[in-house]
Amino acid sequence: MGMTMTQKILADHAGLSEVHAGDLIEAKLDKVLGNDVTTPPAIKTFEGMGAADVFDKDRVILVPDHFTPNKDIKSAELTKCMRCFAREHEISNYFELGQKGMGIEHVIIPDNGLILPGDAIIGADSHTCTYGALGAFATGVGSTDLACAMVSGSTWFKVPEAIKVVLTGKPGPYVTGKDIILHLIGMIGVDGALYKSLEFTGDGVKALSMDQRLTISNMAIECGGKNGIFPVDDITLEYIATTNIDRYTRGDFTAYEADPDAEYSQVIEIDLAAVPLTVALPHLPSNTKAAKDVKDMKIDQVVIGSCTNGREEDIRTAAELLKGKKIADGIRCIIIPGSQRVYRKALDEGWLAIFDDAGCVISTPTCGPCLGGHMGILAAGERCVSTTNRNFVGRMGHVESEVILSGVPVAVASAVMGRVATPDEI
Amino acid sequence: MSVKGKVFKYGNDVDTDVIIPARHLTSADPAHLASHCMEDIDNTFVSRVSAGDIMVAGSNFGCGSSREHAPIAIKASGISLVIAESFARIFYRNAINVGLPIMECPEASAAINDGDEVEADFDTGVITDITTGQKFTAKPFPEFIKKIIAAGGLVQYTGSKTEA
Repeated sequence: MGMTMTQKILADHAGLSEVHAGDLIEAKLDKVLGNDVTTPPAIKTFEGMGAADVFDKDRVILVPDHFTPNKDIKSAELTKCMRCFAREHEISNYFELGQKGMGIEHVIIPDNGLILPGDAIIGADSHTCTYGALGAFATGVGSTDLACAMVSGSTWFKVPEAIKVVLTGKPGPYVTGKDIILHLIGMIGVDGALYKSLEFTGDGVKALSMDQRLTISNMAIECGGKNGIFPVDDITLEYIATTNIDRYTRGDFTAYEADPDAEYSQVIEIDLAAVPLTVALPHLPSNTKAAKDVKDMKIDQVVIGSCTNGREEDIRTAAELLKGKKIADGIRCIIIPGSQRVYRKALDEGWLAIFDDAGCVISTPTCGPCLGGHMGILAAGERCVSTTNRNFVGRMGHVESEVILSGVPVAVASAVMGRVATPDEI
Repeated sequence: MSVKGKVFKYGNDVDTDVIIPARHLTSADPAHLASHCMEDIDNTFVSRVSAGDIMVAGSNFGCGSSREHAPIAIKASGISLVIAESFARIFYRNAINVGLPIMECPEASAAINDGDEVEADFDTGVITDITTGQKFTAKPFPEFIKKIIAAGGLVQYTGSKTEA
């Protein structure tokens, strides 16, 4: 019986010639990741175990991004704990604020060339699944798993079965990766891929840029997925040739392909041309509607950024749509480039001036408001259109506030109109 | 080993943001987390829960973030067991790693009412609703999870292998 793409990566990392769905394996990891919220508890466990050092100082990645720049004394203590650990253990991939290469973990890790096709990574952050866009196996874990993996460089997995998602055609105007993944989550529900892989395939893949794919893989967790993986094609190779020329040139990566006879628990076909501009209404990412059908929903705030939609293409799209426009009276529009590199690009290209002229707030890279941390918390009764990934009760602030998830074009149009809007209206 | 307690019943898709909101994640102290457990979905939980009580919920319990603070908050609040129709993957893993007992049992999840007195036996997987007299059998833990539990948690399990 054939294997899926995910199963092949797991088999190779476990030193096995083949694996089957349900097998329990111990796999070697190429990278292990933590952030300022999840790493401090892992450090406590690490030290409690009496561990002397990490398995490989170049394979542990530590990123301060959730509550940074520190929002209060307690968060400053968390980051300090991680920073001291990084120094003590000479962690080469620790990204201090303001440094080149710093930013939101799932924006900078692919961009800094730390993940290539065929790699296996776990991260103590649920959106670690983002890197599936590069044809890697990537999944989220908790702090105890992080601590143990920092010691051993390996972890256990239950080999997942997979849902094959066949993408065909090309998306319509302004339709982005965000609309596609929200559409899929709306189809299968927030547990539609529970414990499973999402394996994207089909001729529609080539219509999706790397930034679009990263957005799609990022939200695999929002339908319960263990990972969400794309095939490796010319777009992938072009991307890694710029992010990690060294490994690319040496051929130090593996482009896995699913076997023709691989088994899938379900096959879902999506005609990209039929995917509408999509929003997810409160309070689940699966509560999707066509944006054009909910234009009566008034809003107070718009957030453009996050590990889902803070990449260069996202911020460029926001600038192109906002050029010469004004944010509606009474609306706060908060723009958060996902990394220092994207921020600098926005500076050099004049996008920041466009945002400033339009009346936006421009923030340093941070997860900030996405998880209700800081930089745009909502009061009771307030509603926000956001390019982030979750709209659970209280996610961005007060338990009586609301978050509507969208892609960048709908978020920009909504900021200009002061209600849920589509880009053709501006 | 068995546990017995009063049931707190919740619905489907109970996410980690309502189990422990991110605004409280600036500390991982179990007592601090317990004092805010479930507050965005049930702000009376903390004042009503007693040691040994049992949480029962629908499908996809613990969806969302990877924060291990969520099972820690539930465990530290005194809850002795979470029974659900299904668990989100990362929560499932985290619960085992921090030693919060969980059982997947769709029948029990559907039939047990809020406030019922329930007893559960981890060895046999039998769940008894003492209030209604109904009995259910949960899916047993897979063998590898039994090994982690037998070792006393993932930390101890990993430690024993490092020394070997």
